[in-house]
Amino acid sequence: MKAGVPYAIAGSALSISFGVLAREAGFSAVAAIVMSAIVFAGSAQFTVVSIIAAGGGFGAAVSAAALMNSRFLPMGIALGPSLAGGRWSRAAQGQTVVDASWAMANQGEGRFDRWFLFGATSVQYVSWVGGTVIGALGGSVIGDPDRLGLDAVYPAFFLALLVSELRDRRSRGVALAGSVIALALVPIAPAGVPVLAASAAAIIGLRPGPEPAAVLPVTDGAEDGR
Amino acid sequence: MIWEIIAACALVTALIKGIGPFALGGRDLSPRVIGVVTLLAPALLAALVVTQALADGEQVGIGEDTAGVAAAGVALWRGASIMVTVAVAAGVTAGLRAI
Repeated sequence: MKAGVPYAIAGSALSISFGVLAREAGFSAVAAIVMSAIVFAGSAQFTVVSIIAAGGGFGAAVSAAALMNSRFLPMGIALGPSLAGGRWSRAAQGQTVVDASWAMANQGEGRFDRWFLFGATSVQYVSWVGGTVIGALGGSVIGDPDRLGLDAVYPAFFLALLVSELRDRRSRGVALAGSVIALALVPIAPAGVPVLAASAAAIIGLRPGPEPAAVLPVTDGAEDGR
Repeated sequence: MIWEIIAACALVTALIKGIGPFALGGRDLSPRVIGVVTLLAPALLAALVVTQALADGEQVGIGEDTAGVAAAGVALWRGASIMVTVAVAAGVTAGLRAI
């Protein structure tokens, strides 16, 4: 759970601004809080609110949310074999996937530490919903989140997680290819698609690679710089 | 309509997150698929970093947040902890916007 704390702190700041923006878009406070509690996916929630604020309808909002969350599909497939229990139980455990927890629970070689995932996500869930309550009820105490530089917080976190993943030449190449694919698609594809499409860069993994060096039992990649 | 949208988003998200583990059941992935899965993290994380730091809607461009994330990269390279890295990112971005 401890590993999830920095993300939970950042998440609470972002979810406060979500609560504020949702109210401005015409959500009731209860609707904003319920959305955070049952959708629990920051980028999708912000996308939906901005679409509703711009006068978009049901189809536009829901399909944008689906595309925004589509990256969880390959993440769920990767996680699947590390879960336990029956199919429905596994599907339920799969709900705990959020970007940072998934990346940190990744032990390499296709294995994930599921208890690590559950713990890291649980603190983020509490802070996400709690922040939304503050934002939706307390109004704009925090002011404009962009003015505080909060929009740079998540990419900085993801950058730190990425650095710990760049173990060898191959993963560096895949990261570069994934970035190029995503950036190339930004101007032409709907939001969410560029990140999903970047997972195609991982297909190079079908080719047997160099034998990986002894796998370290890394759970928190922060110190594993190489 | 807001409630219908919320319900549909919750359903779609749960489906997307649950379908992989549901479909796989207790099966293991083949070694070749594991090769792909191992590389998903760098591909997806890199895409999240560049799209969040460089894209604004459908436009790719450099903004204050790009500079903040770049500064975070330098901090990481200098061996900064994750919290320092994130503070640098937010601080540089907010500082540039304040000017």
